[in-house]
Amino acid sequence: MPGKLKVKIVAGRHLPVMDRASDLTDAFVEVKFGNTTFKTDVYLKSLNPQWNSEWFKFEVDDEDLQDEPLQITVLDHDTYSANDAIGKVYIDIDPLLYSEAATVISGWFPIYDTIHGIRGEINVVVKVDLFNDLNRFRQSSCGVKFFCTTSIPKCYRAVIIHGFVEELVVNEDPEYQWIDRIRTPRASNEARQRLISLMSGELQRKIGLKVLEMRGNAVVGYLQCFDLEGESGLVVRAIGTACTLDKLSSPAAFLPACNSPSKEMKESPLAHPPSHGCRSTHNSPIHTATGSRLTQNFSVSVPTLIYTGMGSGSAGKEGGPFKALLRQQTQSALEQREFPFFTLTAFPPGFLVHVGGVVSARSVKLLDRIHNPDEPETRDAWWAEIRQEIKSHAKALGCHAVVGYSESTSICEEVCILSASGTAAVLNPRFLQDGTVEGCLEQRIEENLPAGCGFCHIPYDELNMPFPAHLTYCYNCRKQKVPDVLFTTIDLPTDATVVGKGCLIQARLCRLKKKAQAEANATAISNLLPFMEYEVHTQLMNKLKLKGMNALFGLRIQITVGENMLMGLASATAVYLAALPMPGGIQIAGKTPSDGSYEQHISHMQKKISDTIAKNKELYEINPPEISEEIIGSPIPEPKQRSRLLRSQSESSDEVTELDLSHGKKDAFVLEIDDTDAMEDVHSLLTDVPPPSGFYSCNTEIMPGINNWTSEIQMFTSVRVIRLSSLNLTNQALNKNFNDLCENLLKSLYFKLRSMIPCCLCHVNFTVSLPEDELIQVTVTAVAITFDKNQALQTTKTHIEKSLQRASTDNEELLQFPLELCSDSLPSHPFPPAKATSVDYSSFADRCSSWIELIKLKAQTIRRGSIKTTVTVEKASPMGEGNFRNRSAPPCANSTVGVVKMTPLSFIPGAKITKYLGIINMFFIRETTSLREEGGVSGFLHAFIAEVFAMVRAHVAALGGNAVVSYIMKQCVFMENPNKNQAQCLINVSGDAVIFVRESELEVISTQQPTANCQQSCAGGEVTT
Amino acid sequence: MTSELDIFVGNTTLIDEEVYRLWLDGYSVSDAVALRVRAGILEQTGATAAVLQSDTMDHYRTFHMLERLLHAPPKLLHQLVFQIPPSRQALLIERYYAFDEAFVREVLGKKLSKGTKKDLDDISAKTGITLKSCRRQFDNFKRVFKVVEEMRGSLADNIQQHFLFSDRLARDYAAIVFFANNRFETAKKKLQYLSFGDFAFCAELMIQNWTLGAVGEAPSKPDSQVDDMDMDLDKEFLQDLKELKVLVADKDLLDLHKSLVCTALRGKLGVFSEMEANFKNLSRGLVNVAAKLTHNKDVRDLFVDLVEKVHLGPQFVEPCRSDHWPLGDVRLFLNQYSVTVHSLDGFRHQALWDRYMDTLRGCLLRLYHD
Repeated sequence: MPGKLKVKIVAGRHLPVMDRASDLTDAFVEVKFGNTTFKTDVYLKSLNPQWNSEWFKFEVDDEDLQDEPLQITVLDHDTYSANDAIGKVYIDIDPLLYSEAATVISGWFPIYDTIHGIRGEINVVVKVDLFNDLNRFRQSSCGVKFFCTTSIPKCYRAVIIHGFVEELVVNEDPEYQWIDRIRTPRASNEARQRLISLMSGELQRKIGLKVLEMRGNAVVGYLQCFDLEGESGLVVRAIGTACTLDKLSSPAAFLPACNSPSKEMKESPLAHPPSHGCRSTHNSPIHTATGSRLTQNFSVSVPTLIYTGMGSGSAGKEGGPFKALLRQQTQSALEQREFPFFTLTAFPPGFLVHVGGVVSARSVKLLDRIHNPDEPETRDAWWAEIRQEIKSHAKALGCHAVVGYSESTSICEEVCILSASGTAAVLNPRFLQDGTVEGCLEQRIEENLPAGCGFCHIPYDELNMPFPAHLTYCYNCRKQKVPDVLFTTIDLPTDATVVGKGCLIQARLCRLKKKAQAEANATAISNLLPFMEYEVHTQLMNKLKLKGMNALFGLRIQITVGENMLMGLASATAVYLAALPMPGGIQIAGKTPSDGSYEQHISHMQKKISDTIAKNKELYEINPPEISEEIIGSPIPEPKQRSRLLRSQSESSDEVTELDLSHGKKDAFVLEIDDTDAMEDVHSLLTDVPPPSGFYSCNTEIMPGINNWTSEIQMFTSVRVIRLSSLNLTNQALNKNFNDLCENLLKSLYFKLRSMIPCCLCHVNFTVSLPEDELIQVTVTAVAITFDKNQALQTTKTHIEKSLQRASTDNEELLQFPLELCSDSLPSHPFPPAKATSVDYSSFADRCSSWIELIKLKAQTIRRGSIKTTVTVEKASPMGEGNFRNRSAPPCANSTVGVVKMTPLSFIPGAKITKYLGIINMFFIRETTSLREEGGVSGFLHAFIAEVFAMVRAHVAALGGNAVVSYIMKQCVFMENPNKNQAQCLINVSGDAVIFVRESELEVISTQQPTANCQQSCAGGEVTT
Repeated sequence: MTSELDIFVGNTTLIDEEVYRLWLDGYSVSDAVALRVRAGILEQTGATAAVLQSDTMDHYRTFHMLERLLHAPPKLLHQLVFQIPPSRQALLIERYYAFDEAFVREVLGKKLSKGTKKDLDDISAKTGITLKSCRRQFDNFKRVFKVVEEMRGSLADNIQQHFLFSDRLARDYAAIVFFANNRFETAKKKLQYLSFGDFAFCAELMIQNWTLGAVGEAPSKPDSQVDDMDMDLDKEFLQDLKELKVLVADKDLLDLHKSLVCTALRGKLGVFSEMEANFKNLSRGLVNVAAKLTHNKDVRDLFVDLVEKVHLGPQFVEPCRSDHWPLGDVRLFLNQYSVTVHSLDGFRHQALWDRYMDTLRGCLLRLYHD
């Protein structure tokens, strides 16, 4: 009996009217965990019931604790007929299972119904008593921490980074079971929600077990996804990076270490790269193996692509032997692993040695029913195949590891595209095993890797190059070779030297496809894929040149399959890396120089493009200092023109097509306009409008080149669906529609957020889906962060001065805050989360007129005399009197709702994360049969997304947190049937619940400590003398 | 290509004050877009019309969802769906319940019933305020009225507690509720020169002095189901006002009163001779207004009576105005007029007189303008 779960139902509020006659509700609550159910008393005739139940105790295995969600159902008691359900709350108790995370879950949770949405709130307190279990063969993995964050969480230190963990579980989808024909939509939705909750619990437990096997204690970069395969079932899969983390205990120790990226960036000096003689080629051989038929599992494998810029020539002499040594070391560390993959996108300093380029693999599969859910071998095999391919690609680039690794699927009917991508890299073995390899090797690494450019140096052997490429000596250190462009899926390393600012780049593409069935369909898709990859890549390259930049970070290519089309959307953040050569321009070449007007047209276009490049350089402040070629020294080696085939061992196919993405050796990038399509392409290049002044955007964590973030953040989700006119659908029309859709969406975002200028949209994440024949859905989640334009690189001196000033004013509340944090919240005090967030709230207070607070305080005193303020009002805000006392309290005293920030980033600007409370992973379904009445599709989805945010915030607040970091909306599946007045939507979100403290407040604490120490030593001095 | 669905949801709910104003003013989305274009927003931001349309739709949808909560402002504070900073919540509430001067003058003192609601078309046509906005304002009045109708305690405080208004707005609503409850006539042509502020000022004085709540005895016997304390005038008090008639009915008392006032004001009043000549008429007017308040119907005409002279002989405000007494003289006279009564030995209702006259004097001075 390794655990006891205790639940107390305190009260409800804002319940819906369930009895039309009395306009009231007779509510009671069922609390269910596993197969045990408890009930509260019925609280008669109230919309704000006070159950104040006893502690319901469940004695359960810790295995169940991990798998099962706590299910709370609020019902309306009905004497004569069946009790009506008002709604449910699912609480994931996982955060209570690690020692360092939350100790209690307590707060107001929205009561959610899949048909009616949020219907009031319920106040619940949940605790877990865990007994130590010494059973070595246990099935549970309590205590393994999970983080969605794709970097080492702040306030932890990575002792060892073990590597890749993956798992998947499958089940039948309740929506497609026979019973679904006879049960209500509500029952079916709830069955689905419960099942997915159970499956993700199970998945997390299994991954935890793998981590324990590897002797790790945490999973970082945990990414869990659902594949709704329809008839053939439901797959929940997850990947992550197993680590051994050490908590940085003393605040003094983590203060300097855990600087938010903004600070780290400040220290990086500006670069001084050269130019001249730049050649850009891009080589990306695609190799396709068109499928072999394997029994009943039809499988079309593989358009595969390796992006990189690279070159040939002789190796830097001094680098050679050392590299080999390094390689050996790393190899031994990594070869024990099946897949040397890391889901991290940002790394501890020194971890990333070299970056090869993007590696990706896709495979088209035909789904069939999962016959035995306990043995999900087919799906496992599919993924294993793809990962194997990725691994071999990485090897071809001379890399042993893949970082920034992610996997995704796109499903349409029975066809499924599996995709995986990452960045081939060479890693420092120091973090990969128990600190044995350290010593002289490590020193040498540091000597040989100048900060800011080391990761750009090619990892592969120049004599044995997999692809033709241009290499130059690094423009930063001039010792090692670098490629002319670099594509990666990771975040920009913090020590990288960047010129100017970065910007968001997108490549968008549609391809029509004939409707087909099964194998024919899969073949058609796999035939199209390589061309799409090629075009997406060309677009990215063109746009990168147009921006005058030379590297892409955070590259994410999404290929979406629909009934009659394929969509490709690639997003990345372009930057100018000082270590790489300056990109050449773009030249346009006409087909035939016969016609005069045509010539004119071409030259006009050429001018336009050159102007755009010049303008962009100015806009993004790209002005690297010129360096003459002599300084660079060595001649630029001739690129190999020959394209080569890369064959991965896993392939067994006999037909192999070969594609050369090389654009030849030309001084500038040449676009040949030989038909109207090409014309369109050039036009579309120029249609991308830069964001309005004061706005920047990127899809990485932070914007390269901006470092003075202020504390205002606004996370948002925006969804658009367009209907294509079914007539005359051509590829061009489609492309234009899709392009307009994305551009307009971005424009709308800039307009909506104009009050935040100057600001930057960070972590812009586009997702495309094709819910129906003629519908395109684009979902964007991002965060807008303000920054200070004027306040350039502020020195630490002024920082301290400021904090000292603040210290005098803010002392009181700050001192009491840490105490509040660690104090256990008692059941009698149902608002610990609100308390914890009080600090955040008080920051709001400066700006807001406080009369509303005053009124409420006043109201508390008046209340007694008036008739209509019954007990319920009094109880609904039990914070009331308690908060009269201290100065910091009034803002939160009045609103029982504490502010919870949400951000897709791993940090909060201007604040320090002091504690990780656990992972948030929630899945909701919402359905309506009165679509028009709810404001149509927009009204329906708007309300639903707002509700999802509310439920995430409520769970975080109940854990005692005041923010969600690394928030991601992984799925937003929307289906409508306007004729039937119906719509359904599924949303899956996740993130890390945290407690943060404003930097200004921490500074006060830290500046107080030295003075205290000083006083001590002074006092000591006096004694001795 | 048509946009089927287009939404934007922020973790902190975005509120555009400008669009909120347009929504409150009852403009349709397309009208609002046109108005925003006219205001030059496209030039300022470089946005396109489509972007503006989408933005406006989005805000309207948000406001529509918030409206349900705005009907019970404390719900807005406690709800979890929209994360809105307190200052913004206050702004939403304050603006939602704000009303147009032109509109409130039309319905002030009218019963907040379905019948009045039907007349909103006319009011809308007359004032140029959209029907939608008229409806919102009317429903706001009615909602506040319904909630505080049966409550004890200070009217303004009750309103503030249940609707979280600012002081100013709560006092305005107290006046609106008070007027609606007592159905004071405010629409007569003669009263058109008066602003809502004038009436609200008088309402506050009357609530302070002439209602049951003003006596302050109710809390001692909380179970007795007496009239609403702040909303209804103290019936007993109104009955007693008849006693004041003696001031004009008793000729000796009237003469004495006049001579005392004249002695005190001689040389201090620019319009002394007019005052002296008119004293009896003035005094009669002031006292008769009091005596008339016994009947409900006459209570409703209080303001008409105060301004008009036609009904029951010459009344106060009008005569003074026609002679163009300076405001200072009016104040001097009224002060002296009411204070002097304390020196009339034969007059026994001093407390009653003060309760009546203090309020009336305040009202009269406020109403005395062009």
